[in-house]
Amino acid sequence: MSNAQQLTSTITSITRVGAYWHMVLRAPSIADAVLPGHFVAVAVGDAGSSMLLRRAFSIHNATIGESIEVIFAEHGAGTKWLATQKVGAQLDIIAPLGTPFILPRSTMSCVLVAGGYGSAPMGMLARALKRQGCHVEVILGAASGDRLFGVLDLKRDADNVTVTTDDGSSGVRGRVTDVLAEIIGQSGAGVVYACGPMPMLKAVAKVATEHSVYSQCAVEEAMACGIGVCMTCVLPVIGDDGQTRMVRSCVEGPVFRGDRVRWDDVHTIPADTVGAPIPGGH
Amino acid sequence: MSIDLSTNLGALQLAAPTLTASGCAAAGRELAQFGDVATLGAVVTKSIMLNARSGRPTPRMAETPSGMLNSIGLQGPGIEQFIEKDLAWLTEHGVTTVVSIAGGTVAEFGELAGRLNGEPGIAALEVNISCPNVESRGQVFACNHDSASEVIRTVRSQWTNSAPILAKLTPDVTDIVSIAQSVVEAGADGLSMINTLLGMVIDVDAMRPMLGGKTGGLSGPAIRPVAVRAVYQVHAALPDTPILGMGGIRTGHDALEFLAAGASAVSIGTVVFGDPSAPWRIARELGEELETRGYRSVREVIGKAHQAG
Repeated sequence: MSNAQQLTSTITSITRVGAYWHMVLRAPSIADAVLPGHFVAVAVGDAGSSMLLRRAFSIHNATIGESIEVIFAEHGAGTKWLATQKVGAQLDIIAPLGTPFILPRSTMSCVLVAGGYGSAPMGMLARALKRQGCHVEVILGAASGDRLFGVLDLKRDADNVTVTTDDGSSGVRGRVTDVLAEIIGQSGAGVVYACGPMPMLKAVAKVATEHSVYSQCAVEEAMACGIGVCMTCVLPVIGDDGQTRMVRSCVEGPVFRGDRVRWDDVHTIPADTVGAPIPGGH
Repeated sequence: MSIDLSTNLGALQLAAPTLTASGCAAAGRELAQFGDVATLGAVVTKSIMLNARSGRPTPRMAETPSGMLNSIGLQGPGIEQFIEKDLAWLTEHGVTTVVSIAGGTVAEFGELAGRLNGEPGIAALEVNISCPNVESRGQVFACNHDSASEVIRTVRSQWTNSAPILAKLTPDVTDIVSIAQSVVEAGADGLSMINTLLGMVIDVDAMRPMLGGKTGGLSGPAIRPVAVRAVYQVHAALPDTPILGMGGIRTGHDALEFLAAGASAVSIGTVVFGDPSAPWRIARELGEELETRGYRSVREVIGKAHQAG
């Protein structure tokens, strides 16, 4: 378990970046502990807000001794409220949360795949991998060019960036998985890292596994607490003992081995899960 | 002036008036990042069953106005692992622990109570006869006098130590007072109330219920007036039965309402999901609310709202 802190943080910057928002939060004591793949849970609304639950965002960047950064999209009432906040406003935050990406022990080629603003944590990850001497390929995909995030920054952080869009408005027309196999082959990648919507993660994990490449996927599941007490954000994952369990994406995840998540069974309880209901029983 | 925040649930002495609520703090360990769990009134653990249980399919949660709907379905490791890992951790850390149990049958409740009877470190047993997230409403024992009493009688027969037995009740009944009377006659030392209310949210894009389990339990401040009413009615009928009050408590002010309605202590549930330090904060705020009104202790306000007639 990460050692998370709950504190009141001041917004030092909040700006629109294409289809998304980029927010900087002053949090010196948290910033020092952030690793790529960690997330932050932010309380939304005022003290008497009717929205009780926090919103979870992967951490985009951390500046030691200063701040953390997040990227968010306006989806519902909570993120819409967040987008109205100004510099100087205070937010109640909890971070760092979750199990981050695991970095390889040796120097190797890595492919980072992201869909939409799933690219948020990839800059931090790319820089960490580069510091270890790894070759870093990035594949960024989105429905259209305006839904991409972080292309320019990742071009600086990584060795190479390939863009795909469903409508062909930017980069290669198609999905990230249309180019993934070729890039794994060309770069001789040993690890694929992925962050984005669940269908994309499922497809990426499948390609990686088919090519005998280890994959690390940061999943996206609805969470109520983010700290491991509510059991809301579970998904079926195969453990070291070969048994499937419903595990928490907030504590055991959000990063899981792609070959261990039972992607086809997400939102179900597979019959061979530990503790699965017995037909006709309780 | 210092305020005496200690209280008791029957024989159980509590150093602080705020406890966690079952299902809202796991077995306490995760909350240790945000405060010293040994200073809470107690940790009430997530309801444990005999065997490991996977719970219901996701989505398991939908946020609702001032509340949320959940259909977790009692996911847990089963009683043996609970004793070995969770109860051991709580005992080792000096936490006052209320163990919540849930069974699919009356016999299972009895077996759970029997298994826990000899274990050290249990301050009270909470008998969850009101979880709405089961396959059949027939398994919500607290909806029926006979099944509610039968469970409590069976647990009582297996529970030979002095730690109190609390029966957890649902407000989804016509007359909660008569259910309360039944379980007290059957041997419950106290009552935990209320559990969640059965609810549903529909996704109108997909045109189906939002939750994997279709229905879920509604909790949070949205249900607070229902809970305060239930506590008030039951305290009026059973003034000598201690009540652990819960249902959407978010502030010290809310906690004071429950005490005035007749609760001897309160559990902080759903609000912990949004604010994991809430159980400590609310205890502090309650002290301030008491002081502002010229009270010096938690005990003197218990049931106070009944005095006006």
